[in-house]
Amino acid sequence: MTCQLCKQREATVHLTQIIENEMKKVDICDQCAKEKQLHDPTTFSLADLLLGLGSGKETEKAKDEGGEGDIKCPNCGFSQADFKKSARLGCSECYEVFAESLAGMLKGMHKGTQHRGKVPPKLRRGLETGAQLARLEKQLKEAIAAENFEAAAHLRDEIRAAKAAA
Amino acid sequence: MSVLDFLISPAEACARSGPNDKIVLSSRVRLARNLRTVPFPTHAKKADRVRAYETLVPAVRSLAMMGDDAFADSMEKLTALEKQVLVERHLISREHAAKGAGSGLVLNREESLSVMVNEEDHLRMQSLRPGMQLRQSWLALDAVDSALQEQVEFAFTPQYGYLTACPTNLGTGIRVSAMLHLPGLVLGEQINQIIQAVNKLGLAVRGLYGEGTEALGNIFQVSNQMTLGEAESDIVERLDKVLKQIIENEENARIGLLEKKPKVLFNHIGRAFGVLSNAHTISSKETMNLLSLLRLGVDLGMLPASRKGLVDELFLVSQPAHLQLAHPAKEKLGADERDLFRADQLRTRLAALEKPDHTKVVLPPAKA
Ligand SMILES: [Zn+2]
Ligand SMILES: [Zn+2]
Repeated sequence: MTCQLCKQREATVHLTQIIENEMKKVDICDQCAKEKQLHDPTTFSLADLLLGLGSGKETEKAKDEGGEGDIKCPNCGFSQADFKKSARLGCSECYEVFAESLAGMLKGMHKGTQHRGKVPPKLRRGLETGAQLARLEKQLKEAIAAENFEAAAHLRDEIRAAKAAA
Repeated sequence: MSVLDFLISPAEACARSGPNDKIVLSSRVRLARNLRTVPFPTHAKKADRVRAYETLVPAVRSLAMMGDDAFADSMEKLTALEKQVLVERHLISREHAAKGAGSGLVLNREESLSVMVNEEDHLRMQSLRPGMQLRQSWLALDAVDSALQEQVEFAFTPQYGYLTACPTNLGTGIRVSAMLHLPGLVLGEQINQIIQAVNKLGLAVRGLYGEGTEALGNIFQVSNQMTLGEAESDIVERLDKVLKQIIENEENARIGLLEKKPKVLFNHIGRAFGVLSNAHTISSKETMNLLSLLRLGVDLGMLPASRKGLVDELFLVSQPAHLQLAHPAKEKLGADERDLFRADQLRTRLAALEKPDHTKVVLPPAKA
């Protein structure tokens, strides 16, 4: 069996992983394994390697799209060709520029395509304050409508405090 | 100050203990983060990398959890040997060892927190603890990340989460991993089954040392692969659950070997001791595999429990950079010289070690 990366040497490293119920298999030679840092388990990921190989359906699609006029990131100059070659992106804006080819690729790579983890603390606080303010303002309106002026005064204080804390 | 003077001695580092450390050598969590306004290091121009470096190194250093005596320097200032020592200590990646100007390292005194600046991402932060401490490692790193976000703004979108140079790290940017010593499963020929089962859960298993599927020293690393679409705590919990299962499998495999093939096992361990303490030249590969058996001997009671630290230390000091460091010669040792010196070190250090005594083995109760 020949190596899938260099297509020259005999493949001696065989890797199998099941990602999203799909069996992915890679056969590569020792030298390519070394070059791809396959021996450093902290950095290697099979999905990463497959991306470079262009063996996934989605990467094939990305390749075809790249053929018709190369898209470039206006912020950093990274091109679709760079993306295909390195399986990396150039800057945070690249994620918007290459959104189309990324979308399919991410589906096969991850558990989902919507982030469910940690949100930057500042953003989270902002969202919480926003939600809290909306709730307080609704209560204030209701209090005024009910002519409950004592509650309304209290709510105004709370709104002022929430705005100051944000 | 050289990073070598900063580092804890191998003996001290290996004397540390943690929960379940007979089987789980260490737990590690890594987070990838990038500054919002600077291109990723892999694509950045030198000026941009310098900008990221100058923003991040002081910010990380100023964090309370890094202590006021952290090590912080440019990779350019480190020698190839120093970098290799850091790799062998699991404090930086191989990729980072290849970096020079514009890349940096911040390391706390305990070596539990290590932050690589301008690796593949602007930040690769790691929390490393002995034994099974995935949750604690995550919480410690989460706190570092939150504190840092009070000072700098990371690239983040509500859909994709934290943006990384490689889409495989997107979202949480988290890599949770544990280093496992699984001689029972290897000797009992059950390891492939376990690897396949773990792979099915979307987790990767690979030998920590050695090439391809070979796992020198019976040391394996289990880690998550997917980073987007799941919360950090869920990823940590899943790995934690899988580890508990593997620990149980390994314990049962050891009991099975003791019950079914005690002589085979004692023979392996006795011979490992014989070779390690008497060899005059020994390869890294043979050393790792034999030290693994010696460690198993300690776990089973054939050697005093107090010797675990010594065995772990020998694992570390048998690595090429650590050998070079201990050798009086300034010139780089060749492979043959290294094998000779490795054997010298092992003979000296093991001269005081008790002989493995199979009559001291106590069979632990099997778990269902
Ligand atoms: Zn090859
Ligand atoms: Zn870009």
